[in-house]
Amino acid sequence: MTILPSSVDDTLALLGSADYVADRSLATAVHLALHLNRPLFLEGEAGVGKTEIAKVLASALRRRLIRLQCYEGLDVASAVYEWDYARQMIEIRLAEAAEEDRGEIESTIFSDRFLIKRPLLQALEPDIAGAPVLLIDELDRTDEPFEAYLLELLSDFQVTIPEIGTIHAEHPPIVIITSNRTREIHDALKRRCFYYWVDYPTAARELEILKRKAPGASEHLSREVVGFVQRLRTMDLFKLPGIAETIDWTEALMQLDVLELTPHAINDTLGVLLKYQDDIARLHGSEAAHILEQVKAEAAAAQEVPSPRPSPRMRGEGGTREREGEGQPP
Amino acid sequence: MPEPGGRLLANLMHFARTLRAAGLPVGPGKVIDAVAAVRTVGITDRRDFYWTLHAVFVNRPDQRLIFDQAFHVFWRNPDLLKKMMGLVLPEMRIDAAEDEGTAMVRRLAEALHPDIGKKGEAEESETEIDAAMSFSDREQLRGMDFEKMSLEELARAKAAIARLRLPVQDVPTRRFAPDRRGARADLRATLRAALRSGGLIELKRRSRRRRPPPLVVLCDISGSMSRYSRIFLHFMHSVTNDRDRVHTFVFGTRLTNITRYLRHRDVDLALDRVAEAVTDWSGGTRIGHALCEFNRLWSRRLLGQGAIVLLITDGLDRDAGAGLAHEMDRLHRSCRRLIWLNPLLRYEGFEPRSLGMKAMMPYVDEFRPVHNLESLEILIDVLSAPTIRRGPPTAEWQAGYDRAA
Repeated sequence: MTILPSSVDDTLALLGSADYVADRSLATAVHLALHLNRPLFLEGEAGVGKTEIAKVLASALRRRLIRLQCYEGLDVASAVYEWDYARQMIEIRLAEAAEEDRGEIESTIFSDRFLIKRPLLQALEPDIAGAPVLLIDELDRTDEPFEAYLLELLSDFQVTIPEIGTIHAEHPPIVIITSNRTREIHDALKRRCFYYWVDYPTAARELEILKRKAPGASEHLSREVVGFVQRLRTMDLFKLPGIAETIDWTEALMQLDVLELTPHAINDTLGVLLKYQDDIARLHGSEAAHILEQVKAEAAAAQEVPSPRPSPRMRGEGGTREREGEGQPP
Repeated sequence: MPEPGGRLLANLMHFARTLRAAGLPVGPGKVIDAVAAVRTVGITDRRDFYWTLHAVFVNRPDQRLIFDQAFHVFWRNPDLLKKMMGLVLPEMRIDAAEDEGTAMVRRLAEALHPDIGKKGEAEESETEIDAAMSFSDREQLRGMDFEKMSLEELARAKAAIARLRLPVQDVPTRRFAPDRRGARADLRATLRAALRSGGLIELKRRSRRRRPPPLVVLCDISGSMSRYSRIFLHFMHSVTNDRDRVHTFVFGTRLTNITRYLRHRDVDLALDRVAEAVTDWSGGTRIGHALCEFNRLWSRRLLGQGAIVLLITDGLDRDAGAGLAHEMDRLHRSCRRLIWLNPLLRYEGFEPRSLGMKAMMPYVDEFRPVHNLESLEILIDVLSAPTIRRGPPTAEWQAGYDRAA
């Protein structure tokens, strides 16, 4: 069983060891969740690396990852457990043929043997490697009744099966819940979790992420890509590109042997970065070229100064948080 | 920096109280959590301390700003914060539980002019604290007062809302309920029954549970619509309290989400709160702008599960329909059904002349004109009328317009 990191710095290092470049603020939230046995509730736009955190934690701690993908109408039968009805029926027939006692039949067919375990129940089971990481992905896609069902599970780490009784986890799993915020999750559930809003990264951090995730890209191209994407995020687009899109785009550019951003290369690959026709149409052509010019000018200016200091860009409500995240003097 | 130990505990409690007063849902349980969290992380680094408390106290993205301001002020000087409270959070105060008596008195006093803006600006300059709230609006902002509802009216409204049948009724969900004539076998129930009875196994059945889809109401409250505002608000209040997953917005020159205010059971109190929160009563209309805002900020959050959009407007647009078609198109694409209720038509044979209407017409699934909107009952009858399926809902109108042009 792996040992949990003992401080925020260790948590940060742990995430870093699995190629996840995290803010210190995120490491603090992860650290709390690991030590106080509380679920970590991650909210943020699509493609900012919420799901990735669970995967990284599982691999870094060498725990099993159990994933529950949510969807509308998700019910107990597909999330927690189901009885194997066909086999139960056969068992009843056989038992009746052998003229067994009715009470005995009942206790046989409602035993572990006929129980099909779904992700949430699996997560409560003991594991040699230590409690597993349970990822409840895109909780906002499910409906309120399922959310209410999760309350028992997440506060006491137990599940009640009427035919058997209550199953309790000896070692509670590490729970990561993600939401894209397509609807508001009820406060009762959030109250049981540590909350963290995953924001778009600063330019410096995004560059660091690119270095790890797209190691083949040249420093020059990465800088231009990050500069361009960061600028897009200040625009009034319908869907802003996330980190996932930045990585995809860089890879697409590398595939096309692009060494330097040109208006032409951008126009050809814009579909990788933006996913709405309106946004693409708006950026296509002169607007993209204009932004590119600004990015290049900025890069040139940064090169003249001996030690370029990456300037975190303020973005809407993220602004104040960033100020704190980038280290405000006490 | 606070010293550890007894002082810290007291300070954490004080801080939690402050946040609660500022409108964050912070209960005693949170304080205990906060103490445990601070113990786990330790207080060696101000940033870690900030994010530790952040993880415990903040629940929603919009609370981050309040937390941020409260944190910086409080952990420097708790007293200053108290002085600020009145200034920073006038909007949050509306949300906080308020006793009914004061609300009524205030309502009488402020009947037509909430001068909260002026007050805010004056204090702002005195204390020199940057509270970036939306006080300094140069638009003409107006207050609104509604007649109270009588008991009889209230009863009638309830009866009327019970009759409401939107053109799109319940949709099947992925959940099941026992149903004798259902199409699917309910194996779990079958097995339980078989165990009880023995012998022949009787097949139990189930069918999909149905529920009404989410409803989003976008209501125009501009000058041309002002005589109907009360009816529409009563309608929105009743429907909000009648079913779940209802979201309500009003717009004139800007878009306001009034869902939370309308959740208040008491209709008069709810309407008062709406009147306070909305600042653009009876002004101009910018439909395109309002829809754009809705599409950008809300549509993905509210239209996710196949919602119906009820758009209540007369289509008279100050911007003369600029950009409206585009936004209507997007709205139409992202919802299950777009219903347009238009109360302008006071006489039969009316033809749409305004550019706004013309821009909107191609994108509605269901068109409901109201010629004489006197009461909630009429409104509900109109909305509940069965769909007549003969070509696009606005075909007749369109033809009329083409003739006129």
